[in-house]
Parts: sequence; C-alpha cells; structure tokens
Amino acid sequence: MSTSIVVDHVTKSFKIARQKTLKRLAVNAVKGRQLTDSFKALDDVTFGLEQGDSIGLMGLNGSGKSTLLKLISGVMSPDSGEVLTRGRIAGLIEVGAGMSPDLSGRENIFLNGAILGMSEPEINRKFDSIVDFSEMEKFLDREVRHYSSGQFSRLAFSIAVHTDSDIFLMDEVLAVGDQPFRRKCMRRIRQLKAEGRTMVYVSHSPSQVLKLCERGLVLEAGKMVFEGSAEDAVKAVGYTLDTDTEDD
Amino acid sequence: MTILKSREAEPLGPLVNPGRVGGLGDVFRHRYLLKLLVHKELRARYQNSAIGFAWSYVKPAIRFIMYYWVIGLLLGPKSLENRALHIFAGMIMVSFFTNVLSAGTKSVVKNKALVRKINLPREMFPVASIAVSFYHMIPMYVIAIIGALLFGWNPDLGAFVAAALAFVIIMVWGLAVALAFSAMNVYFRDLSNIVEVLQTTITWTTPMIYPFSIIKDRLSGVLYELYLSNPLSIAVLLNDRALWLPTVAHPKVDRVTELPAHLYERGLAMLAIGLVLLWLAQRVFSRLEGRFAERL
Repeated sequence: MSTSIVVDHVTKSFKIARQKTLKRLAVNAVKGRQLTDSFKALDDVTFGLEQGDSIGLMGLNGSGKSTLLKLISGVMSPDSGEVLTRGRIAGLIEVGAGMSPDLSGRENIFLNGAILGMSEPEINRKFDSIVDFSEMEKFLDREVRHYSSGQFSRLAFSIAVHTDSDIFLMDEVLAVGDQPFRRKCMRRIRQLKAEGRTMVYVSHSPSQVLKLCERGLVLEAGKMVFEGSAEDAVKAVGYTLDTDTEDD
Repeated sequence: MTILKSREAEPLGPLVNPGRVGGLGDVFRHRYLLKLLVHKELRARYQNSAIGFAWSYVKPAIRFIMYYWVIGLLLGPKSLENRALHIFAGMIMVSFFTNVLSAGTKSVVKNKALVRKINLPREMFPVASIAVSFYHMIPMYVIAIIGALLFGWNPDLGAFVAAALAFVIIMVWGLAVALAFSAMNVYFRDLSNIVEVLQTTITWTTPMIYPFSIIKDRLSGVLYELYLSNPLSIAVLLNDRALWLPTVAHPKVDRVTELPAHLYERGLAMLAIGLVLLWLAQRVFSRLEGRFAERL
C-alpha cells in the first residue's frame, strides 16, 4: 500500500483585520490597539491515509473541515506542519466551483473539466459519459444561469466524478439533487472507492459517512478530537443517526 | 501515531506538497485551460449589453474623434501631416496597455470563486486577461493598417521591426504589471482606483494626441529623458514609426523632428527593463499568492 495523504502537525490560523480604512488603522495603531484578530482554524492536526482509504470529516460548522480540505487540495498552505499528497487530486471541494453561468452546459463541461485538470482529449473521450450521467442532454445548449439548482449540481457532479483522480475531496456533495440522482451519485462514489481512489468526505450526515467511509475524523474548534473507525466517529461527534437510509 | 512518509518511486509519483507553486511555466502547461478561460472572458465581457462586443470599438472611436477635433482646434489645421493616423497609431498602443492594466489588476479578484476553491496556477488569470486585451486590439490594428494604406503607407523593414518591438514591449510590461497588481489588489483593493488614475495619466504623458515635436521643443535634459523613460511613450513612438512615418511626405525631415534619437535602442532597453520587471513581478506574485484563498 502506498501513502496517499499525509497531514502532519498542521496548524492554520486566519488573521482578520479589525479595520478597513487607513484612517482607522492609523487611529488604532496610535492608540496601541490590536490591529488584527487571529483565530486558529486548525490546531495541530495529524493523520494519514493510504491509497484507497476513505475518511469522513465530521464536526460542527466552523470546526475546520473545509479548511482542512483546502489544505489537502493545495488551495491554502499550512502555517506550520506539512501536507503531502500523492497523485492527482479532484478539487471537488464544492461541486460547481468552476461553473460559468454565462456559458452553456456543453461549454461548461469543457471549461469545468479543464479547471479540474482534464486535458482536451480526455474531455472529448468522456463527454458522452458525462452527459449520460447527468441526464442533462436536452439542456446542454442552454446557458447554465437558466438551470435550476438541481440541474446545476447534476452537471457539476457529473463532470467532477469523471476526472481520473487518485484523491477525491468532497464537501457536502450529496446535499443537493433529487433522490434518484442522489442514489446514483452514491453508487458512483462507491464505484470510485472500489477502484481504489482515496476519499475525504465532509458531511453532516452520519448515515452517509457510515455508508461511504471506513474511517472517521472529528474536528472541534480546529482540534482533532477523534480519529478512528467511522462508527466510533459518528458516536464521538454525538449526532443521532438520520433517517435518509433510502439513499442506497 | 506514526505516518509512513516514503518518498520513493510509486506508480502515482512521489508524495508532494499539493500547494507547490509553478509560476508562469505552469500556465503554459495548462494551455488548453487558458484557451477556454480566454474564450469565456471574451464572451462574458459584454454579455448583458445590447450592442455587445461593439462597445469595445465604439468607445475608442468616440475617444478618437474627440482627440482629433479638440486637439485639431487647438493646434490649427496644418499642425501635422496625416494627424488622424498619428493619433490612431498611438491610441492602439495606449488602449491595449490600459486594457491590460485595468483587466489585469482585477483578474484575480474577479475570479475569486475559482481562486478560493480550486488549485490552479493563479498566473492563469492575469495572463488570460492580457490575451483577451490582445484579441480586442487585433481588429483595431487591422483598421489602422487599412487607414495607413489609404494614406499611402509604404513600409520599410524598419516599420515592421518597430511594430514588433512596440508589441513585445507592451506585452512584457503589461504582463509584469498585471501579475504584480493582480496579486497586490487581493490585499489592497484601492489599487483598482489607483489604476484608473494611472490610465488618465498615461493618456496625457504619451505622444498620442499631440506630436512628439512639442515635447522635443519644450522639454530638455532630465525632463526629456523622464518623458522617454515611460515605456508607453516608446511603444507609441515605435508604432508611429511603423504606421505613420512611412506615410508622410518628407520622412527625412519628420524623422528628425517627430521621433527621438536612438528610438530602436531605447526600445530594446525598455524591453530589457521590462523582462527584469517581469521576473520581479513573478516573485511578488508567488510570494503573495500563498494567502490568496483566505484573503478573498
């Protein structure tokens, strides 16, 4: 087995300026007030994943889950500690981040595909499959701004899961879409898992985490409070099991 | 907990820092994405306006007419041979550069949705904005050549060299400024206002609306050199050399009065300075991009 993701004693804090204008800055500086607020979004987080592992990141809003995903994807870098990854990463951080409302669905498949790291021949090869999966064939030449939010996420998810990535980072990707499509996404994610992709899955749904992940990690105010099996992680985070068990 | 950090050869390659920075070279490796981003930008620029793309030409056309008539009234009708062409040749360079300046400065902030969420070479955005400005400029240049031909343009080799040099100077300086400013604009949003002021300054400190002979007559010593240390002035003069000079009746006379001495050498020096600035700008960009995602 080869190591896929290493997160080694990672700390990340954000600074927030207390003032926006030069005038306020000067006043505060002269009066000796603190000029920035700083808070630790992640505090000494350490874990590692082997290729093919799947881990659910859980925790309340603001506990640092998305920051952790951003560090793994390389969008942000840690203040201290080290993040290392192996292979291609699908920045599925938020499905549809690279979609352009002014372009048609067809054009977005190419643009978003390229943004997620696909080459032109690769997109051409997968185009039909992406369209099939999204079931959006009829609306392909319509501008994405006229899509419903469900249609939008269908197309976006479909593009994202067709990237041939070794690591998939997913942030609440199944929160949208109708139930039949959600099931389809679930199947697709399982298939990716079966193909040996590494999966980091952020979710507030314990049942989804249990279905998709073997391992679980719980963050609380930036600190890692639990790391172990998905079952124990769900217990540790203290959520009661939700009832959307029909999402097979 | 111990973590295996083996860095030896694996089928998927070594363990690497996912946030590593590749610089402008990375943009070249993502040519296809660059092409799509440029296409998107061209489409989006005037998406919601009734006459769309034509705005990019209506605005300079009106500016051109203003310069031509107002300055014509001030200087008198016989001030300069083929004055319309002289203004237009300069305007192309100035509007190309000011487009690069304003679009380039905003490029990273404008694409914050992508910058915050997806790990791309961020240099992509200023580079794409320059490519878009370049596409906008091409039809204007074609019009200028047609105009020049109507005025009896008979270019020599020097004309082509001058035109090429003018373009390369603007591209290199434009890329340097766009890289540095787009990164700085993330931290300091006032920059886009400063850039607007800069645009106005550029219009009046280059020999576009008025002939260069005025500068030659009235400025000397340090002020003269200062005027010519503006890369835009050099690019405008080079483009005058390319498009306008071959159309005037007595080029020998005009060459002395209307262009500075050693224009080509000055151009090459400007290019060399631009390349150094580009290298510096890349370093500034790499330095600042580390915190883009959290500052946007």
